[in-house]
Amino acid sequence: MTEPACRELVELITAYLDDVLEVATRRGFEEHLAACGGCERYLEQFRSVIATVEDLPPAPPSSELQAQLMAVFRDWRSS
Amino acid sequence: MDALPEEAVIVAGLRAGDELMFTALVRAWSRNMLWLARSYVSTDGSAEEVLQDTWLAVLRGIGGFAGRATLKTWVYRILVNIAKRRGAGDSRMLPSGSMLDDEPPGRFQGESDPFPGHWKEFPQAWPSSEGGVLAGEARGRIVAALAELPPRQRAVIALRDLDGYTADEVCAILRISPGNQRVLLHRARAALRERVAEYFRGDTEEEP
Repeated sequence: MTEPACRELVELITAYLDDVLEVATRRGFEEHLAACGGCERYLEQFRSVIATVEDLPPAPPSSELQAQLMAVFRDWRSS
Repeated sequence: MDALPEEAVIVAGLRAGDELMFTALVRAWSRNMLWLARSYVSTDGSAEEVLQDTWLAVLRGIGGFAGRATLKTWVYRILVNIAKRRGAGDSRMLPSGSMLDDEPPGRFQGESDPFPGHWKEFPQAWPSSEGGVLAGEARGRIVAALAELPPRQRAVIALRDLDGYTADEVCAILRISPGNQRVLLHRARAALRERVAEYFRGDTEEEP
């Protein structure tokens, strides 16, 4: 395959990171990346966003919803 | 955040009616459960009802839970079943959005430019961060942007990047195709990146 333009490359990043690109596409992706500072930076920022999401702690539900769920639990336990 | 104990301990705790164990699970898992539910039903209120119905079904079924899937995966499957059933009754179809919606206009060169399809200007550099993990306000923007993602994108990124499921596992839980999974995940991640880029560019037009 011919080397993708930047516009195409940014759309392939998730497939690239999941390693599901065909061999020729992957090679074109990596060739482009090695020569394009803009796409290299974009990919790095993409990875940074993923790493940040992976690092986020769970967020507990509202206290109101939590209270409703506790009521569900107590009902179940006493049944 | 408090780490949950190992799965056998959780299951035994639920079977024994251990309220603290239930509370810990609810606190750890509810957000993603709500986001999953919300990708099938059209209101936050419906998603909360799905969550309640799911936990009740989990508690009623925990005695027979055989551990063929992990507990969380089993809980998600129950949730998806309940949410789908309920979502089928919701009259409004959820919009899926078009592929190019989140690409900022004018980012790439046009056909009459010297290098069509290439960057007009490189993305602006971000301040370097420890291991690539963003902190402070940039991180806050990601949290805010997650909450505002279209529900289907949010469900997929929650499973992939918050829960750490593989692409195949996500396809199985949500019963979507690999291509669909990838498009939803990619759009979600690209939207979050854009929000962080806006922040570092100093765009403040969305501020109150």
